[in-house]
Amino acid sequence: MSDSTAIAHGKADASHHEHPPYQRHHFETYAQQNDATNFAMWLFLLTEIMFFGGLFTAYLIYRNWYYPAFVAASHQLDIFWGSLNTLLLITSSFTMAMGVWCAELRKKSGLVLCLTLTFILGLGFLGVKTVEYREKWEKHHIPGLHYSVSSFVDPASDPEVHDKYPKDQPLSLDMARHTELYFFLYFAMTGMHAVHMIIGIVILAFMIARAQAGAYTTGHVTFVENFGLYWHFVDIVWIFLFPLLYLISRH
Amino acid sequence: MSHISPIIWQFLVKWMTNFALFPPEASKIAPQMDALYFFMVLISLIGLTIVILLITSFSILYSKKRHPVAVQIEGSTLLEATWTIIPLGLFLIMFVWGALLYFRIYTPPANAMNIYVVGKQWMWKAEHPGGQHEINALHVPTGRPIQLTIISQDVFHSFSIPAFRVKREAIPGRYTSVWFEATVPGTYHLFCTQYCGTDHSHMIGEVTVLTPEDYKKWLDGSTSGSSLAQNGERLFASLSCAACHNTRPDARGPSLANVYGARLTLSSGQQITADDAYLREAILNPSQHITQGYAPIMPTYQGQISEEGVIDLVEYIKNLDSDYRVQQTTASTTLLPEGEGKTTKAPVAPGASQGANQKAPQGMVKQ
Amino acid sequence: MNYLTKENGLLSWLLTGDHKRIAILYLISISFFFFVGGSLAGLIRLELLTPQSDLMATDTYNKVFSMHGIIMVFFFLVPSVPATIGNFFIPMMIGAKDLALPKINLLSWYLYIAAGILALYTMASGGVDTGWTFTTPLSTHYVNTHVLTTGMAVFIAGFSSIFTGLNFIVTIHKMRAPGMTWFRLPLFVWAHYAASILMVLGTPVLAIAIVLVALERTVGIGVFDPTKGGDPLLFQHLFWFYSHPAVYIMILPGMGVISEVISTFSRKRVFGYTAVAFSSVAIAVFGFFVWAHHMFIMGISNYAVLIFSLLTMLVAVPSAIKIFNWAFTLYKGSITFETPMLYAFGFMGLFTIGGMTGVFLGASGTDIHLTETYFIVAHFHFVMVGGMLMAFLAGLHFWWPKMTGRMYPEKISQLAAVVTFIGFNLTFFPQFILGTLGMPRRYASYPPEFQILNVFSTAGATVLGVGYLLPVLYLTWSLKYGEIAGNNPWQATGLEWQVQSPPLTENFPEIPIVDHEAYDYEWLENQKEKEVASVG
Repeated sequence: MSDSTAIAHGKADASHHEHPPYQRHHFETYAQQNDATNFAMWLFLLTEIMFFGGLFTAYLIYRNWYYPAFVAASHQLDIFWGSLNTLLLITSSFTMAMGVWCAELRKKSGLVLCLTLTFILGLGFLGVKTVEYREKWEKHHIPGLHYSVSSFVDPASDPEVHDKYPKDQPLSLDMARHTELYFFLYFAMTGMHAVHMIIGIVILAFMIARAQAGAYTTGHVTFVENFGLYWHFVDIVWIFLFPLLYLISRH
Repeated sequence: MSHISPIIWQFLVKWMTNFALFPPEASKIAPQMDALYFFMVLISLIGLTIVILLITSFSILYSKKRHPVAVQIEGSTLLEATWTIIPLGLFLIMFVWGALLYFRIYTPPANAMNIYVVGKQWMWKAEHPGGQHEINALHVPTGRPIQLTIISQDVFHSFSIPAFRVKREAIPGRYTSVWFEATVPGTYHLFCTQYCGTDHSHMIGEVTVLTPEDYKKWLDGSTSGSSLAQNGERLFASLSCAACHNTRPDARGPSLANVYGARLTLSSGQQITADDAYLREAILNPSQHITQGYAPIMPTYQGQISEEGVIDLVEYIKNLDSDYRVQQTTASTTLLPEGEGKTTKAPVAPGASQGANQKAPQGMVKQ
Repeated sequence: MNYLTKENGLLSWLLTGDHKRIAILYLISISFFFFVGGSLAGLIRLELLTPQSDLMATDTYNKVFSMHGIIMVFFFLVPSVPATIGNFFIPMMIGAKDLALPKINLLSWYLYIAAGILALYTMASGGVDTGWTFTTPLSTHYVNTHVLTTGMAVFIAGFSSIFTGLNFIVTIHKMRAPGMTWFRLPLFVWAHYAASILMVLGTPVLAIAIVLVALERTVGIGVFDPTKGGDPLLFQHLFWFYSHPAVYIMILPGMGVISEVISTFSRKRVFGYTAVAFSSVAIAVFGFFVWAHHMFIMGISNYAVLIFSLLTMLVAVPSAIKIFNWAFTLYKGSITFETPMLYAFGFMGLFTIGGMTGVFLGASGTDIHLTETYFIVAHFHFVMVGGMLMAFLAGLHFWWPKMTGRMYPEKISQLAAVVTFIGFNLTFFPQFILGTLGMPRRYASYPPEFQILNVFSTAGATVLGVGYLLPVLYLTWSLKYGEIAGNNPWQATGLEWQVQSPPLTENFPEIPIVDHEAYDYEWLENQKEKEVASVG
């Protein structure tokens, strides 16, 4: 065991006074700060996976138990809107990645454009979801007091869906009741997802203003990078939700 | 474990019971439970003594005054292995022993007499097959295995008889069961042990263990007139189950004679044994429990019968060994009692009962 | 000049990024909640003096024990050591100037306060009476108390916990001083690392369980409702998936404190450092796979019971390993008996009992008789109060000179430690017997033959209350009148003891370069000799 002192004036000293303005005082180097905040964001996304995980668990169990109800209920969703949303979100992930690239290359106008496009695509996604939710409201498919199983015990009463899926059998009443569970999961999972999208969009608005003021093109790209991670995560959750909710009977 | 000197064992039990350190042993499983419990107490005491001895002796021997200079020791792999393997070994013994005990308590023997227990806020209702109903009480004979089939009408409750060392959760929506064989006549506590709201602490009662003769006397004295199965038969008729579940060649549902305990193939291809849980589910969630070869047209009775009603029906079906009486009912509908269930009063010709009594909306009978 | 005197004014505290100030903010808040929870405990024990439910209405009693559990678990035990001692000392122990994310640290405290205020508001406006376990369908359809606001409070407190854990993991990975390798870290840091993994991965599942209860209660979605096809047991799985790791979140930091205290007061490296470090991580990993041992009698399949029982036996082993390693740290040491050491000894004995009784419950057969009775209540109070709370007090006393620059008064604090130990045993040991006799938990009234044991328990609670009140008094007293502490009153080896008491805001004038192992008392001797040499 060496007996040199623990407190030494070494390399630590040299960089001590010459750190860039965006490096916080408790970090020794900018690299350390970037590394740490990046790691923190990955950890946070891990907690988000655990959070959604509870809902996915419930989905797995109930789909296994009540498959016919889940199939019939999923036919109430329009694959067109679902695919459109998937396209919008994947594109927004692309524009977000482009934004990070612009920030790294210090291209301010490119960054602002990319962030704005991401913002618009995100809003578009939410718009589509509003259309879908509204339709569910009108057909009394929102779980709760006004939930109606008539589309499932009597498909003929719902021509819009019945024409798309003419081979669908009517469900018996007890199985039809379980469609409410499907819709609860639909609203809970897409709702949670939408909440995360809204948070992301609000932060995007803030970022667009800051980007315009040049805050992200000074070489300090951490914020944009980490937000990009968050946005990609939200996208990936949707990539799971889409087949699980919309494409149950397609295989 | 009675091959540990029975005298010492009895002495220990009586002494401990009188000093009330643990409850009386009134069932066959109780001594087995206590044996494992005392083994664990012994091991814990030994473990605790070792830890206390180590701390005390080291504190005395190596106090600063006596041992001013500490000797830096990294560790000892041998010691680590010792105190890993020995505790692990002991814990695994307890695991195996405990698991055997667990399986024993929750695997009722085939010849057990079944008593239904329904828990609701805030009382226990016990229903003997002969129709005797008890509230917050349970009378059982010695010398016979008794199975309790338990369900809750509202929230989680838990049926606990400490003297028998048995406890089982009462769950809304499904049956649970536990069994015991009482050994010592007397009265013992019955508790609800799962917090269930305002009067959780008052959901208590008494278990009375009687000798077989006394039990028979009690049965005779407290019968309510009709057995569970008889109630079930009445319900079966009033809900018009016989309209489909009969032995006519064009019957829409399978005959239920001798179905209890039989091996069935469902329409999904799955093979199941028709036990209490299956019967209950088939009444409340029929679409997933359709026997192969029959159309999925049975309506659900969820919301139309209470848990007691389901128990009555299950008990009826369990004891059904022939369709004779069912045939009688469908042949002559003036035997249908009024007022029970949701039947029409007008006589209904066999085969045409579907339209009047189906609860499901129209359009359900497409094949 | 130190972190306390650097800046003055309320805002400098409320907007601080300094992990030490945040730790002090937490210390004050959790102490407050401890006494709220403790008063509720006092009410419980008062009611249970008599077999009838005569002190308060049963509904009130149900609210009292529910709030007691919620406040003690979420507002005291979970943040206790990590948010106070952990926040204060993890950066110092690893040679860093602060945690990685100071703003997140402050946010974590504000979330805790917001949650706490919501919980207090709930209590004031009628409380909740579902028990801290929120079992459905009772909590969703059968009570009309403030389930939603309580759920929200717990949800927010959960995020406070997640952010603390996240901060610790990033800090320990990325901000260790040069030379501070993983296996040179104090075991306190290892313990917090393991607990932080649990915080980060487990708490979100509690969050979603609460959201589902809220949705079921407001909208009636049917997720836990058997008449709609839902499964009430699903809630239990989700709830216990967090709540079991939660108990390890609560105890691991306490175990970290014990490692530090036992080492310092025997002047010896912890026996089997690697074993203790790996045991902490093993407890965290195994802790995720045992949750259904809370559900053995709930009608889960016998084979599931087998698996969970086996895993429960496995998770008990690392704790046993630690106890023996601590005991052998005493071997050939040079032991003194200051207050932290007394609390540490109390921990070891009481945690052994608490831990062993956990094995009683984990062996599925005996669980049938013992579950849902006072045996469970005794078991978890032994590990949490006899274990965790004693460890917290040990740590509080141990690091008090460093945090405040003052020594606590030794004689009265030793007395308080003994009083606490006696009071604790008198309160909770009778409850093991009550449980074996069959007395159910959460009962406001009970059969008269259980009274004598209940009276012992309440008597003990009074003594325990005195034992907990004393530190509040003399620690506050010491802030003004305590003996001034030097840098290293215990001659301990951690990096935090090599700098001034109280520390500078930036902890170290220069980031240290670490070239010695943890608990290196020879290195410490050399340091002292060098100091003497340089002066003389």
